[in-house]
Amino acid sequence: MTSKFTKFQIATHIGSLIPLALLIWDYFNDHLTANPIQAVTFRTGKTALVLLVLALACTPLNTLFGFREALKVRRALGLYAFFYVCLHFLTFIWLDYGLDLGLIFDAVAKKRYALVGFTAFLLLLPLAITSTKGWQKRLGKNWKVLHRLVYVAAPLVVVHYVWLVKADIRQPLVFGAAVLLLLLARVPLFKGAVGSWRSRWLERWRREKAEQGA
Amino acid sequence: MINIPSSEITPEHGYLSRRAFLKTLAIVSAGAVLAACSVKPRATAAPGGTPPHAGAATDELGDALTPYESITHYNNFYEFSTDKEQVAPLSANFKASPWKVEVGGLVKNPRTYDIDDLRKNFTQEERIYRHRCVEAWSMVMPWVGFPLAKLLAEVEPTSEAKFVRFETLYDPGQFPGQNDGYYPWPYAEGLRLDEAMNDLALLVTGLYGKDLPPQDGAPLRLAVPWKYGFKSIKSVVKIDLVDVMPVSLWMAAGPNEYGFYANVNPAVDHPRWSQATERRIGELSRRKSLMFNGYAEQVAHLYDGMDLRLNY
Repeated sequence: MTSKFTKFQIATHIGSLIPLALLIWDYFNDHLTANPIQAVTFRTGKTALVLLVLALACTPLNTLFGFREALKVRRALGLYAFFYVCLHFLTFIWLDYGLDLGLIFDAVAKKRYALVGFTAFLLLLPLAITSTKGWQKRLGKNWKVLHRLVYVAAPLVVVHYVWLVKADIRQPLVFGAAVLLLLLARVPLFKGAVGSWRSRWLERWRREKAEQGA
Repeated sequence: MINIPSSEITPEHGYLSRRAFLKTLAIVSAGAVLAACSVKPRATAAPGGTPPHAGAATDELGDALTPYESITHYNNFYEFSTDKEQVAPLSANFKASPWKVEVGGLVKNPRTYDIDDLRKNFTQEERIYRHRCVEAWSMVMPWVGFPLAKLLAEVEPTSEAKFVRFETLYDPGQFPGQNDGYYPWPYAEGLRLDEAMNDLALLVTGLYGKDLPPQDGAPLRLAVPWKYGFKSIKSVVKIDLVDVMPVSLWMAAGPNEYGFYANVNPAVDHPRWSQATERRIGELSRRKSLMFNGYAEQVAHLYDGMDLRLNY
């Protein structure tokens, strides 16, 4: 069988669907705690954040480390992240708040973490819609500009996470550091520094190898 | 006390109202993903010994007791783990006996009690209390215990005593969570003396007619049902009468978010989330939270003239 998908792409799709499979499995095996709605909210949210960080990692993996395969899974990772964002959002408004607009408005207006999360959702929505090749062509140069919205959305998602934990913000901060690093990796100065460090390192490695061979 | 079989006091379907049931159906039919979120009735397990039993099926408002299985497998007990589901397995070998409770400070008769003496010397009674977590979920607990006021009467607080300070066991060997330097262990809590003397303030030794399980604070915990759950300190080893307001662990960890009083109050939100509604464990839709968790009649007078927005 010939496939136009690389092994890395297939692994990405499988990996992205595993959290959903686990969620369904845990539901049928009664492993979603005594508070299943909250468990689903937390798990879909965490998965969305992990996938968003991985999607953000694709470009630097190519530009800094020459890992071109990463570019082939960038869109898929972004769309999977958005898929879990949608599940997370639906869980919140539908299962948790029963589509009660009054309650939802009250919660969103009062809970700044909900407001920030909702803003991130609104920012990611046009990116998901315009992720197709057709939209990419139609928007031309503007497509790239539009998709830089993710640089705003990702930090908002981290803030959303920081604000909802009870007191211990260590884990959200780890995600925050990852996002910050991945955004910094796009700054030309930083890119240049890593690039020259990498070529120096590669050169030394080749030289040492050559010496060993001699 | 009438013994009702556990199968009758934890109805598996009874508390799902018809509307909630129809809602469940709608959700299930909406697809596997969303179905993953509907509430499934849980079996009530009886882990050895007498099965869990209680003297009534509901609280005084007619709300059904939360199943034993949920009360013992969904626990906020950071000394074991911050993961609510990990508390039960991690606490399985906790040594709740022998256990001593030191009662002292500004009292005429300081005493160290053995847990067995507390069980023997004070008449144990069942009280069905709502338990409302600051995280906006709640349960209905059939506690067994005795009023804190009775213990305080025995040690006789002096006239200088204004507050009661409680402390949890400090033993990182048994409490792995205490190795985490993020929180100022051991857990501590406090009540104003008049709050502590209120008949609702209960020292708990049992749950569902059995000894208190480790994950719920064995062998002795506090239950102050008109306050958020974190006030009801677990595995108590020390009770001190003091003249200054004690600083609780949560006050120290987040002074802007967790106050000394921590009364359940739907009108005063947590700085970051709403306290207007809550999810009763086992139910689908949210319910409105009640002032003082429904105990206003018994405790509201304690706070006459106080600004509850400032004294959160």
